[in-house]
Amino acid sequence: MTFLRAHRTIATVIAFVLVYAIIKVLNRAGILNAYYIQLIMLVGINIVMTVSLGMVNGFTGQFSIGHAGFMAVGAYTSAMITTVWLHATTANPWVGYPVFIVAILAGGLMAAGAGYLVGAPSLRLKGDYLAIVTLCANELIRTVIRVTDVLGGPRGLGGIPKFTTLEVVFVFAIVSVVLMRNYLFSSHGRSMKAIRDSEIAAEATGINTTKQKVFVFVFSAFFAGVSGGVFAHLLQFIHPDNFSFMKSLEYLIYLYIGGAESISGAIVGPVIFTLLPELMRSLQSWRMVIYPLILILTMIFRTEGIMGLKEFSFILIPQRQRKEATA
Amino acid sequence: MGQFLQQLINGIQIGSIYALIALGYTMVYGIVKLINFAHADIFMVGAYMGFFLAPVMAKIFGGAFIPTIIAAMLITGLLGFVMEKLAYRPLRYKSRLSALITALGVSIFLENFCAMPFVFGPTFRKFPDLIVAKNIPIPGNLGLSISNVLLLDVGVSVFLMVLLFWFVNKTLIGKQMRAVSFDKPTASLMGINIDVVISTAFIVGAALAGAGGILYGTTYGMLASPFLGIWPGMKAFIAAVLGGIGNIPGAVLGAYIMGISEAFATSVNSNLGYGIAFAILIGILLIRPSGLLGKFVPEKV
Repeated sequence: MTFLRAHRTIATVIAFVLVYAIIKVLNRAGILNAYYIQLIMLVGINIVMTVSLGMVNGFTGQFSIGHAGFMAVGAYTSAMITTVWLHATTANPWVGYPVFIVAILAGGLMAAGAGYLVGAPSLRLKGDYLAIVTLCANELIRTVIRVTDVLGGPRGLGGIPKFTTLEVVFVFAIVSVVLMRNYLFSSHGRSMKAIRDSEIAAEATGINTTKQKVFVFVFSAFFAGVSGGVFAHLLQFIHPDNFSFMKSLEYLIYLYIGGAESISGAIVGPVIFTLLPELMRSLQSWRMVIYPLILILTMIFRTEGIMGLKEFSFILIPQRQRKEATA
Repeated sequence: MGQFLQQLINGIQIGSIYALIALGYTMVYGIVKLINFAHADIFMVGAYMGFFLAPVMAKIFGGAFIPTIIAAMLITGLLGFVMEKLAYRPLRYKSRLSALITALGVSIFLENFCAMPFVFGPTFRKFPDLIVAKNIPIPGNLGLSISNVLLLDVGVSVFLMVLLFWFVNKTLIGKQMRAVSFDKPTASLMGINIDVVISTAFIVGAALAGAGGILYGTTYGMLASPFLGIWPGMKAFIAAVLGGIGNIPGAVLGAYIMGISEAFATSVNSNLGYGIAFAILIGILLIRPSGLLGKFVPEKV
C-alpha cells in the first residue's frame, strides 16, 4: 500500500487496468450486454470532448458553444479516408488499424484547421463574439455537409468500418486526457488561467493573450476532431444532424455540471450525465423532464459544478515531482 | 422580376415573425446579458396557446384572432415572469455562464414537458384558421399576389413594435429599462427597482414571442411538435445579434434582413436557406463586431 502511495503513476495505471478488466469480465459474464458496452464507449468519447471544451471554456475563460462542429469535421474527414478513399472495410486489421489511426489524426488536423479559421478572427475580440461565431460555425459546417453530395449530404454517410472497440476508446481517452492535463499543468496552462482571471493583467505580465487563446482553441478543436473520428467509427453511420448545435449544448451541460474549472469535473460530468438518462429509462418519457430539472437545481444550488475547483488526486502532479520541478 | 418580388414579399412575412421573437432576445440580453435559450420555447407555448384557445375564444367573442392573440400574450408573459423568478433570479449575481446553462435547462424542460401526452402531446396538430386565408392579386402583369395572412402578420408585428418603441421610449418603466441596460449598479443607486425592471423585460419579451407564435401558427397552418420553436428561435437570436444585440431597432432590422435573405436562399436550395443566416452573421461580425446598429464599447481598465 505504501508502495502504491509513493508511486502514484503505477497505482493509477493499475487502477485503469482493473477497471478495464472488470468491464471485460462483466461483459463475458453477460451482465453488461453490447448496448452497455457501447454506452461505456460513448462515455469515453464524451469525456475527451468535455475535457477539450473545458480547456477553452473553463481554463481560458472563453466561451465556445459550437464544439460539435469540430467533431463533425473530424468525423467526416476520418470516415471519408477509411470508407471511401482507402476501402479499409475489407482490409485485414494489420492494415486497417494503421489506416484508422492516420484517419483519425487527419480528422483532428482538419478540425484544428477549422478551429484556426474560426478562432483567429474572433478571439481578438472580447465579449460574447466567440460564443456567437462558434455557434454559427457549428451550423455552417453542418450546412456545408448537408449540401455536399460526396459527403452523403442529407442522407448521411454510412458503411463506415467499425474500428472503435472498448480498447481503442480506453487508450484514446486516457492518452488524450493525459496530454491535455500535462498541457494544463505547463506554463501555457498557467498563462491560460491568468487570461481567465484577468485578461488585462495577463497582457501586462507579458503573455501574448491572443496567441495563447488561439492556440488553446486550436488544440481543443484537434481533440474534438479526433473524438469525432472515434465516434464515427463507433456508430458506423454519421449524419449531419448528429453534430447539430444541440450536440454542442450537451457538452456544455456536461462541462458545467461537472465543474468547468477542474479536469476531474470534466470527467465526472459526462460520466454521470451520459449514464443518468439511461438509468432513468424505466421512467420513460418522464426522464427528459427530470433530467433538465436536475440540471437547473444543480446550477442553482451548486453553481460551481459537482467538483468545483477540486481535482482527483490521480490528476494532480505528484508532490515529489512538483518539488523537483520547483527546486 | 415577378419571382424576385414574390420572394421579397415572403421574406418580409417571415421577417416579421422573426422580429417579434428577436425583440425578446435583445431586451433580455440588453438588461441581464443572458442569452435566454428558453425564449424559443415560449414562442412555442404561444403557438400552442393559439391552438387550444382559438375554439374557446371563437365561442365567447365570436371572432377568434384578436382575443386569442391577447390571451396568448398574457399567458406567455406570465410564463416569462415565472421562469425568471424561479430559474434565473437565484443566479443573478453568480457567473453568467451558470445562468446560461440554466437557460438551456429551462429550454429542455419546457420542450419535453410540453411533449408529455397530458400537456400538449408530441403529435402534429393542425392550427385552427383564425382568419379565412385569401389571396389578393396585385394589379399588373407580374403575377404577384399577397395573402391576407401576410398583411395580418406584417400589420400585427408592426403594431406591436410601435407599441414597444412607445413603451421603451415614453413610459417611466421604459426609461428605467434603458437606465438598467446602460449601467445596472448606478441605476439601482438612483432608486430604480432592478427586480421590477428585469421582470418587466422578461414579461414583455415573452408576450411578444407569444404573439409571434400565434402568427407562426396562422401562417403555416400547423404545429409540428413542441420542439418547433428551436430553429425559428435560433434564427431570431441570430437576427438580434446581427442588428446589434441589446438594440431594439437593430433586432427589427436584423430580423428583416434575415427573413429576406432566407427567402431568397431557400428559393435556390432549401439547405442553403438554412445556412445562409449563419454565413451572413459571421460576415457582418467580422466587419462590425458589435452588429449593424450596436455601439462599440471600449474596454476600461
